Amino acid sequence: MNRRFHIGLSILAAATAAWIAPLASGQAPAGTPKPAPAKVAAKATPRGATVKLTTPWGEPDLQGVWNDATSTPLQRPNGVTDKDTLSDEEAAQFQDKLAFDLTRDRRDGVGTVADVNRAYNEHWMDSRRLKITPDRRTSLIIDPPDGRIPPRVTLSPERQKVRAERGAAADRFNAGLPASYTDMSLPVQCIIRSDDPPYLPNIYNNDFQIYQSPGIVAVAPEMIHSARIIPVNGQPHLPKNLKQWLGDTRGHWDNNTLVVETTNFRTDPGVVYQNANPETFSITERFTRTGPRTLDYEFTVADPTTWTRPWTARIPWVKIDPEEQMYEYACHEDNYDMVHFLSGARAREKKAGGDIPLNQSNAAPRFGEP
Amino acid sequence: MHRWFEATLIAVATFVALPAAGQQSPAAGQFPATYRAPHMADGHPDLNGIWQAFVTANWDIQDHEALPGPHPEIMGAYGAGPPGQSIIEGGGEIPYQPAALQKKKDNFAKRMTVNVSKDETWHQTGDPELKCYMPGVPRATYMPYPFQIVQGSGNYILIAYQYTSATRSIRLNTKQEAPTPSWMGWSRGHWEGETLVVDVTGFREETWLDRAGDFHSDELHVVERYTPASPYHMMYEATIEDPKVYTRAWKISFPLYRRMEKNLQLLEFKCVPFTEVLLYGDFVKQTAK
Repeated sequence: MNRRFHIGLSILAAATAAWIAPLASGQAPAGTPKPAPAKVAAKATPRGATVKLTTPWGEPDLQGVWNDATSTPLQRPNGVTDKDTLSDEEAAQFQDKLAFDLTRDRRDGVGTVADVNRAYNEHWMDSRRLKITPDRRTSLIIDPPDGRIPPRVTLSPERQKVRAERGAAADRFNAGLPASYTDMSLPVQCIIRSDDPPYLPNIYNNDFQIYQSPGIVAVAPEMIHSARIIPVNGQPHLPKNLKQWLGDTRGHWDNNTLVVETTNFRTDPGVVYQNANPETFSITERFTRTGPRTLDYEFTVADPTTWTRPWTARIPWVKIDPEEQMYEYACHEDNYDMVHFLSGARAREKKAGGDIPLNQSNAAPRFGEP
Repeated sequence: MHRWFEATLIAVATFVALPAAGQQSPAAGQFPATYRAPHMADGHPDLNGIWQAFVTANWDIQDHEALPGPHPEIMGAYGAGPPGQSIIEGGGEIPYQPAALQKKKDNFAKRMTVNVSKDETWHQTGDPELKCYMPGVPRATYMPYPFQIVQGSGNYILIAYQYTSATRSIRLNTKQEAPTPSWMGWSRGHWEGETLVVDVTGFREETWLDRAGDFHSDELHVVERYTPASPYHMMYEATIEDPKVYTRAWKISFPLYRRMEKNLQLLEFKCVPFTEVLLYGDFVKQTAK
């Protein structure tokens, strides 16, 4: 067994900050390999179009292995465009620019942290993430109309305290001085990773396998190895006192669309998206088959104690089987980095003869939490 | 409680428990000979549901007496292991090669010894279950946790296990070999009449078969057979071979039971948080402990 491969994967996966790459400005410096010019493939699926594919027992058929990678950012980049949908020419330029910013084979900025992070080069990445959505949108967010996450409300003192504690833990981790395993984020600890809703594109492992049986839809995200088993048979939700890391999920069919509501999230910090408040957070997901090889995944999140209004994003999924399959994703089993991070911090403290103030930690900025 | 009321209760209970005239309680191991499961549209038996084994093989596949836990001074009877009979067909023992039998004994002696201070020692000692690692096959089937089968009309059947949210995808009618070793193995399935046959290879060597230290190598090959036996039971059989560890193939079998609780669902058992202090506690900053 090649352990190095697993080590590499777990370090790579820890690079959570890189998951949402900022849209940098500027042209490619001379001499930098330029990604192949974009061909914006396929015409947009007309909005609202669906296709009726049904299982032998009469439910819409979502079965298969799907991939949601795209370069289209969650939020519309500031200053790039005011449009929600681009012309062919604009789309090609937008895609080229995103691909250049995202590619890890570029070598400008040698000696910077950004360049060192590109040591995980394109070989490791999902190449599908260098293309924008076929419908040429400028953001995955479709509501609010400006394509941006709504402003935050003023957080309650309790919420501020929770977030400050989580922020302090992240600061220790980013300085290379985690005090405990609990200073690591939930993905770094391999407790939950990209298996909690909403499902958003990542640098790799963008696959989801959907299984169905009469009255059940199961969604297995590649990262980690869990499956979200969704009753679509009217079974009532768990009582509110029974909470889970991935919450408690129920679905129903709205014509051709699987509508999924998830409740009962645990209250640990970081459990729900963007460290929103698990007690007031709500999420509705919609899975709609739009063609033999396409599916629209849409989610609406709301949390009145975090955002000023609900917001909605739509991400196209592409069917990749039978050509491609999903393989097991192990995480905790070889999570050597937990010990590397912690023992490294203890070794530095020992050498320094005691606590190291974070502002003197001299650690290169590293993998952080968004 | 009044005595007459108790007596009435007992009488009623006795009456209810009596089999209908002409029927007898089934003998152990005796399922309806003519049972045929409901079938899916593709003509194969419907295995959907939440299932669980009620053997104690997770403590020891072979015959075993009740045992105290490794730390009775802390855990008392909580840590003790239940007694149980071998699930090996014929009641025998695992046919280990001599060196492998010694390794099993060493495994057991160090089943709670964990040393993650170096990458090289990470997997050398300690039961993977203790560390919340994916349990592999067949162990996942007889751990004391339920699992759910999701069988539809595609080329894949999902088995989702409660323990550490482990999953496996059974790929039907494919000849493709495992691309790389994995914890839950590479499962290829096909139907033989009323039986789902699953051929599992491509294992990582680190999983164990039970808490008694029983183990295998990366050449483990498991052939499982799932056969409906009644509306509420499914027979599970697995033939296990590994030329590096055993002298011959051997076979286990036991029934799986359909979980029947109203509104039952497969709850999460994400056990990573329960193992972190054991695995990483030595590296925590002292003041932060």
